[in-house]
Amino acid sequence: MEIAMNTSEAVMSPESTIENGVLAPVRDAVGTPLLAREDARMTCRNVNVYYGEKHAIHDVSLDIGKNEVIAMIGPSGCGKSTFLRCLNRMNDTIDICRVQGQIRIDDQDIYDKSVDVVPLRAQVGMVFQKPNPFPKSIYDNIAYGPRIHGLSNNRTDLDEIVQGSLQKAGLWEEVKDRLDQPGTGLSGGQQQRLCIARAIAVSPEVILMDEPCSALDPIATARIEELIDELRSNFTIAIVTHSMQQAARVSQRTAYFHLGDLVEVGPTEEIFTNPSHKLTEDYITGRFG
Amino acid sequence: MQTSTLIIVLLLLSSALYYLGRQRSLTVANGEARKLHSLPSYYGYYAALWCLLPALAILAIWNGFETKVITTLVVNGLPDAVRNVGDAKLGLIVNDIRNLATGGMTSVDPDPAMIAAAKHYADLRGISHAALAVVALVIASIGGFFAWRHIATGHRARNKVESIVKGFLLSSSTLAIFTTVGIVLSVLFEAVRFFNQIPITDFLFGLQWSPQMAIRADQVGSSGAFGVIPLFVGTMLISLIAMVVAAPTGLMAAIYLSEYANRKVRAVVKPMMEILAGIPTVVYGFFAALTVAPFLRDTGGILGLDVSSESALAAGLVMGIMIIPFVSSLSDDVINAVPQAMRDGAYGLGATRSETIRNVIIPAALPGIVGGMLLAVSRAIGETMIVVMAAGLSANLTANPLEAVTTVTVQIVTLLVGDQEFDSPKTLAAFALGLSLFVTTLILNVVALHVVRKYREQYE
Ligand SMILES: Nc1ncnc2c1ncn2[C@@H]1O[C@H](COP(=O)(O)OP(=O)(O)O)[C@@H](O)[C@H]1O
Ligand SMILES: [Mg+2]
Repeated sequence: MEIAMNTSEAVMSPESTIENGVLAPVRDAVGTPLLAREDARMTCRNVNVYYGEKHAIHDVSLDIGKNEVIAMIGPSGCGKSTFLRCLNRMNDTIDICRVQGQIRIDDQDIYDKSVDVVPLRAQVGMVFQKPNPFPKSIYDNIAYGPRIHGLSNNRTDLDEIVQGSLQKAGLWEEVKDRLDQPGTGLSGGQQQRLCIARAIAVSPEVILMDEPCSALDPIATARIEELIDELRSNFTIAIVTHSMQQAARVSQRTAYFHLGDLVEVGPTEEIFTNPSHKLTEDYITGRFG
Repeated sequence: MQTSTLIIVLLLLSSALYYLGRQRSLTVANGEARKLHSLPSYYGYYAALWCLLPALAILAIWNGFETKVITTLVVNGLPDAVRNVGDAKLGLIVNDIRNLATGGMTSVDPDPAMIAAAKHYADLRGISHAALAVVALVIASIGGFFAWRHIATGHRARNKVESIVKGFLLSSSTLAIFTTVGIVLSVLFEAVRFFNQIPITDFLFGLQWSPQMAIRADQVGSSGAFGVIPLFVGTMLISLIAMVVAAPTGLMAAIYLSEYANRKVRAVVKPMMEILAGIPTVVYGFFAALTVAPFLRDTGGILGLDVSSESALAAGLVMGIMIIPFVSSLSDDVINAVPQAMRDGAYGLGATRSETIRNVIIPAALPGIVGGMLLAVSRAIGETMIVVMAAGLSANLTANPLEAVTTVTVQIVTLLVGDQEFDSPKTLAAFALGLSLFVTTLILNVVALHVVRKYREQYE
């Protein structure tokens, strides 16, 4: 069951969005559309992110449901990656970045002082824009996470984890005979599936993907999209994409970001066929992007 | 006319031709630069270069042969009695004549024949200079004039000027190569003379180094032994100590600076490192000889160890400190070249910072780090000043760092300092040592560059 809680009071007039061809700040005009879900895997409330003085994310509240694929779309620079990186505290690695608000997983605030990022990142894994296998063998790439988290007691366990992860990522058949060869020797699409397998190997509950196909050709992209659909039964996936077709193909819900605001979130079909906000409509119909 | 005046005149002449050439190109094009094949300034350069280059070439050739020709003429003019005294003595006489002619000192009181010869010499020089000036100016004018006449709308001045520019660039880049080849050949030549007197196997495999040769038969204990092994062992020992200090310290400093330090710390520490790298090695030498070596000896005394006042340890430690900035800045570069995506990948899996560094960054950067270390080793091997001042001169064949040892570079210095005969094996040994040192560091550098280059390709 989904409850729509649109706290926005002033719905912006279409004219005020674009002044003289320049996007006007919409921060005050856009409220925080919130779809609270009962089956939420992660809940975000009033998240604000700053890079030094720059306010990159404004008061975003969003739930990520269990076993759903949620797509985040929006013009580039609107803060999709920034928001995604909040979900496993990857922004901690950026000195000037500050995050405020609440992000919970299993009723635990991940930004609480008592939380250690090491198990958190095992729980919430991440796949990046450019495939980034380590310059190690295929086997060691997958085994890296289980090793640092102590997930296996012996070599047989580890072999099983590696094989299982590669199978789930649909890469096993292609690489089973050359596990000892460098991961960097694979094709771009294979490398990205290797990175997905690497993330899966530590049995995360949520997988974050930041434009995982933007460096890939259409065929490799199609394979990854199929894979995302298969993974949905076991994992919760949040994916950032700049391709609206991709969002439409793989996601159940879509969130539209604009200049650091979450403008609208809803079932993907609805967002694409009947957006409730003018900004979303403009983006989807290609008025800007 | 003096050569320098002549060059200035030629430069003025060619600048005049630059303007004339430019002017003429505009004239032939009726003032419309668009009709010309090249921009007007190219026609100017074209004329100026035709004026300048042939004249300069003549100047260079002339100066190369002038002294030789004049000397031959003067010697032929000497009385037979003076001329037939043997090559060595004749050389001295010619030297005196030259000095007399230029108003300098002579080794003996000049006799009338020599004064006449000196006058002859001075006259010939005057004539030669005047002739050179005339010839050079005539050639410059002819070259400039024909180039000027050649200028027409279809004339491809730009292509010609640019090929000359290309020639200049090419010759500058080959200069370094030729210098290297020249150095190698000169060292090689002298080394071959050395090996004619001392068998190469004695040199390469001999365990004893004592280059003092008996000058008279009744001198004792100076047979001369040219075994290079003790020197190389000393060099390796000191380099090893230096690397034991510099490699971990430099690497850890680089890791700290590139992975942990915030911007403020970096802003202070990096320039400090660079200052360390800028200290002259002779100052490190003082430090080693006057502070570190006595400290080690005293400490050793307290502990009951016998530390000589000049020890491999003192030199090695200070040399290690000297190399730290070298190692750390090279490693810093390589570590920074590891793409951020690698770090993100590891952090994204929940790796801690130190796990990321140990398991991902260092392995990815390892070939580059190894390359940097090899460069540092070749630097340590070639270092001279610190070891001259702190390691001593005695060629002990030992692996004990508390004893005095000596290195290849120190021996080269001591062999060549002071008055030398350049045909004794003692002096020639310096060239053989230089050659072996050159070959060693060359191999190290080639290996290092190869490793570094291989690493560079990895992320492309
Ligand atoms: N490391 C950073 N330092 C400072 N500003 C940043 C940094 N990363 C992103 N930003 C800024 O935050 C805003 C959102 O960036 P990002 O989340 O990367 O957008 P998107 O992924 O939607 O294209 C942009 O204006 C960007 O300039
Ligand atoms: Mg992005």
